[in-house]
Amino acid sequence: MNEPILELEGLSKVYPGGLKALDNVDLTIRQGEIFALLGPNGAGKTTLIGAICGLVRPSSGGMRAFGHDLATGWREARARIGLVPQELATDMFEPVEQAVAYSRGLFGLAPDPKRIEEILRSLSLWDKRNERIMALSGGMKRRVLIAKALAHEPDLLFLDEPTAGVDVELRKGMWAIVDQMRNRGVTIILTTHYIEEAELMADRVGIINRGKLLMVDEKEAMMARLGRTEAHISLAGPIFELPPSIARYPIDIEKGGTSLCYRGGDGTGRGKAEVAEITKALIAAGIDYDGIDLRESSLEDIFVSLLGEEDAA
Amino acid sequence: MISWRSTWSIYTRELMRFLRTAFQSVLAPVLTTALYFIVFGAAIGGRMPDLGGVDYGAFIIPGLLMLTLLGETTSNSSFGIYMPRFTGTIYELLSAPVGVSETLIGFVGAAMTKSLILAAIILVTARLFVDYSIAHPLLAVVYIMLVAAAFSLFGFILGIWADNFEKLGIIPMLFLTPLTFLGGTFYSIDMLPKPWDTIALANPIVYLVSGLRWTFYGSSDVNIWMSFGITLGFLAACTAVIAYIFKTGWRLRA
Repeated sequence: MNEPILELEGLSKVYPGGLKALDNVDLTIRQGEIFALLGPNGAGKTTLIGAICGLVRPSSGGMRAFGHDLATGWREARARIGLVPQELATDMFEPVEQAVAYSRGLFGLAPDPKRIEEILRSLSLWDKRNERIMALSGGMKRRVLIAKALAHEPDLLFLDEPTAGVDVELRKGMWAIVDQMRNRGVTIILTTHYIEEAELMADRVGIINRGKLLMVDEKEAMMARLGRTEAHISLAGPIFELPPSIARYPIDIEKGGTSLCYRGGDGTGRGKAEVAEITKALIAAGIDYDGIDLRESSLEDIFVSLLGEEDAA
Repeated sequence: MISWRSTWSIYTRELMRFLRTAFQSVLAPVLTTALYFIVFGAAIGGRMPDLGGVDYGAFIIPGLLMLTLLGETTSNSSFGIYMPRFTGTIYELLSAPVGVSETLIGFVGAAMTKSLILAAIILVTARLFVDYSIAHPLLAVVYIMLVAAAFSLFGFILGIWADNFEKLGIIPMLFLTPLTFLGGTFYSIDMLPKPWDTIALANPIVYLVSGLRWTFYGSSDVNIWMSFGITLGFLAACTAVIAYIFKTGWRLRA
């Protein structure tokens, strides 16, 4: 297991007025991983990023990055952290290359035109280097923000809703950029509303709601623990009780005996295998069926279910 | 440990912002100053007696310089920090490994530089209308730099305090400009009837205008060291307020 580069312990933030945006958050991020932070609007994702990056003053708790306490060794730690904010916030009158070079200098690094060129080329911005940012499309502006965040060669990069409001094609382009960064060894923490994004890119997933980190796990482990297979088997004729050979499976008789509903498995494929066994058993028991509707639960289902439990509690 | 590269980046970026609007930034004060010289120097000044042996047209130069210096320095500095707050670009500054020293030297240094450039332009413009000489040029430069530093810091505080454009403009418009006009820009305090000559001494701008006038002509309404003392005191007070702002994150960090 890679060493931890970011450790949060009991991090809380209460805004003036009493809103508790972060509630005793504990989190450890390991070097080289892509961590997706999922949560609905107002869950505390941006506050969490803001607290680590110095935009928000935590009310209590501790934060360490790269071995430095962020309260005392913030200069050393922040020099290795990059942030791409959710809003397209940059001086729109500034030319692209100048804006990126400024970001590098701001973080105390010597000018390096070669490095800036490399970053701009990797983000397909080199041809636009002399353009004012205001003249670029929304997707390009977002790439400029990424270029600015990469200008000081951070080891840990925060992407706050990197694909919010961009079309599908640009979103795919952004995923490719994240992949490039992963290959360079940059640790990435991203917040997103698009769960497919987390499912596609993240190594680990954290689910946050009302400032509480409800769950953090490897994506596959989370799917295995909370994932389900749901199968609806339409029967050729009604039955009123299950044959003994399938009674051990999690099956319910529905629609007046004309349908069987299986809800089981663990997100690793066990559910599909059990459905196959059930269909074989039905045939062996002389019960005919004329359709199967099979569905694996997604990270989104897990997310919705977790939030539902949280709301009910 | 202060990062000079970060400081230089902030400083040069602020100057670039100034250069982007150089036409407006330079032309407006030059035009305003020229108009003052035409109206007060040539039209009215010809009928005014010499003040302390100084021709009226030359007498108003330090006051006009101070008028422009206070207004431009305050607005340059306040806009410099307010705009990133307003547009959200301040995230970059707050998330960078820079502290109060880099930020202040960068922003305030740039505002001071702009003001000194403007001061030089105004002096050159004044030369087109009036013949004058500076008695203590070195002290004049030092004094202008001190005033520019103090009001850059003041503008910085204003830019952090303001949460809308109205507030940003209200202090320069309602306080700074009237106090400068009433601070002896166009007249000597001695010319005021009693008790207004005494009341005028409660206006801090009187000391600034008077101090600069002393560096130009060797005589002034108030003691030069009093002027230096008040300028340094204001500079120290603004520095303390900014140190408090950065320590607490007031209006900077949520």
